[in-house]
Amino acid sequence: MSAQKRLTTLFSRYAVVIIFVIITLVAIPPSGLSIKYIVQEIITRLGRNSFLVLALLLPIYAGMGLNFGMTLGAMAGQIGLIFAVNYGIANWQGLVFALLVGLPIAVLLGSIAGLVMNRAKGREMVTGYILAFFINGIYQFFVMYMLGSVIPMRNRAIVLSRGYGIRNTLNLESVRQSLDNIVMLRVAGYTIPLVTFIIIALLCVFVVWFKKTKLGQDMRAVGQDMAVAEAAGIPVEKTRIVAIIISTVLACAGQIIFLQNMGNLATYNAHDQTGFFAVAAILVGGASVTHASIVNVFVGVMLLHAMFVVSPLAGQNLFGSAMIGEYFRQFIGYGVIALSLVLYAWRTRRAASDARLGLHGPQNDSVKGNGGQP
Amino acid sequence: MRNLKTFIQDFGWPRIIIFFFLVGLFIMAPFVNVRLDASISDVLNRFGQNAIMVLAMVPMIQSGCGLNFGLALGLVSGLLGATLSLQFELHGMLGFLGAIALATPFSIIFGWLYAKLLNKVKGEEMTIAMYVGFSFIMFMCIMWLILPYSNPTMVWGYAGKGLRTTISVENYWLHILNDFLAIRIGQFFVFPTGLLLFVALFAFLMWLFLRTKTGTAMTAVGSNPDFARASGVDVDKMRTISIIISTFLGAVGIIVYEQSFGFIQLYTAPSPMVFPAVAAILIGGASINKASMVNVIVGTILFQGLLTMTPSVINSLLQTDMSEVIRIIVSNGMILYALTRKIKVSK
Repeated sequence: MSAQKRLTTLFSRYAVVIIFVIITLVAIPPSGLSIKYIVQEIITRLGRNSFLVLALLLPIYAGMGLNFGMTLGAMAGQIGLIFAVNYGIANWQGLVFALLVGLPIAVLLGSIAGLVMNRAKGREMVTGYILAFFINGIYQFFVMYMLGSVIPMRNRAIVLSRGYGIRNTLNLESVRQSLDNIVMLRVAGYTIPLVTFIIIALLCVFVVWFKKTKLGQDMRAVGQDMAVAEAAGIPVEKTRIVAIIISTVLACAGQIIFLQNMGNLATYNAHDQTGFFAVAAILVGGASVTHASIVNVFVGVMLLHAMFVVSPLAGQNLFGSAMIGEYFRQFIGYGVIALSLVLYAWRTRRAASDARLGLHGPQNDSVKGNGGQP
Repeated sequence: MRNLKTFIQDFGWPRIIIFFFLVGLFIMAPFVNVRLDASISDVLNRFGQNAIMVLAMVPMIQSGCGLNFGLALGLVSGLLGATLSLQFELHGMLGFLGAIALATPFSIIFGWLYAKLLNKVKGEEMTIAMYVGFSFIMFMCIMWLILPYSNPTMVWGYAGKGLRTTISVENYWLHILNDFLAIRIGQFFVFPTGLLLFVALFAFLMWLFLRTKTGTAMTAVGSNPDFARASGVDVDKMRTISIIISTFLGAVGIIVYEQSFGFIQLYTAPSPMVFPAVAAILIGGASINKASMVNVIVGTILFQGLLTMTPSVINSLLQTDMSEVIRIIVSNGMILYALTRKIKVSK
């Protein structure tokens, strides 16, 4: 009884990871791709996406769930890049400039997001999601109408022919892969963008260090129980805002890294899917709404992107239609998020009912989480 | 004066601003050569097209399941009904009613399963519903490609299989409600009597339902689940009923939309239709746990009025197309406002 229960608990916790590994492994042979190609793709995509996914960690620690509002940071980063291209600042200096421009915007947007989420406690995720849409409207307004009319643009090549507003696609030739190419390591036929990985590693070190600081500890306390944290004298609302600001700023930097690797910017919808892919990745890696670690991030990025690489071709070869593979990967992406949210909600409810049972006294050995055990 | 103040507080500033903005647009219209009668006719038409999808929000809000971000399940049931009715070559009123009849079993099954899921995740419904809706739409995208439909008007010509992204209903049941007893005044104004009667019928039935024993029990569950359970109401059952009704109304809503719009849109088309429905009922004054028929009607008129009037008036005024940006900001701003508002306990 107890062993079986432990097994179901284990399965429900890692269900998403297990399902994902199976789907990807099954899809590799029909895709006809070589392992070497897949591994190289995964290395590239690790460099491209990990930073963005790491941006999700702090809000999870602070008990605010998956920060769908990270898209705000992505938009700030894109504005930074637009200005870098506008002033013609090339190479990694251009990226630093983009970051400097994006940073204050990210801080501003992050504090707005924090304030809004403090007014919607318990509904942070859906609020963040809608907030991203709302700010998207303002972003469109700013980029499409303000740039070039109110704010002068020096580089006419990036402005729409009507005289204001930025073109739909922005060529990032001047900064393309400028971070990746500083030191490109070649090991056994694989190319590894060393500097990008060093920056990602530094961010991991930062996250580990931050968790040990006073603020990091406060954040975890707030995440555990807001009322208790408040009683202990922790400024709950402020701590939550700080968590979201840091997350937004990291997303801003993450989007810059992402776009320098991609090499061009779809001005009006590059950020649409940022939150979706990042959240899907961390969940595929085994994180939940309240628990996440750095390991989850990397496992998730690798698994999710292995599937993304494989599925269109597998769909093409299995069903004779690449569209099926494309729809399938989106179905899986959204499905994974839904499934992990469902499993999480279902687990918390069961834990609560177990805890209630526990109050009746120890009837069997499966009682757990009663809080009163010595 | 105090009455006015509490009224404004209850109604909320965003709604008042939207209302006056819309009135302003109507006043400005004649000055920028936009025909008022054609505009009003458009607004009425679009009100009819969308009202039932907005109405679909009511049962779930009342039963405490929150805003139905998973309306897509209902919309897809409607699409299944509509495509099946074309497949069976049903024409005219028979085709339209047939589409609804064929959609009903799907909406009940999907709604029931959806309810089973949402009952397991109380308190987290909205985020989960959103992603369940999205993934279901993607799943159906695959299905539209491989289901064995064969009517040549619906299937891709060169491949001979897989449904087209847009399918015209012109030879089947185009404007079947719009043209029913329609009153034409002058060249530009048409009053879509049949469409509005159909909407009125559904709104009346919903109003009636909320006053039956089941309807009252449902509202009780939404207001206070613990109290409802203590007084012997089966909470899960009431939530299930409300979710099935909502899904069914979503199905009817999209079929009504299609007969007026003229096309069945498949694949990812349903996903951008959910948020406007949510935004409309919120603009009408609903909160995330209270909604009425007045909210539905006022909200749909305001929101659709805004969508109709901004492109024509603002575009001729500023010579640019700002309508899309305004639509994004207004609809999402409204949802955001509702989510962040402190919930009033007693009224």
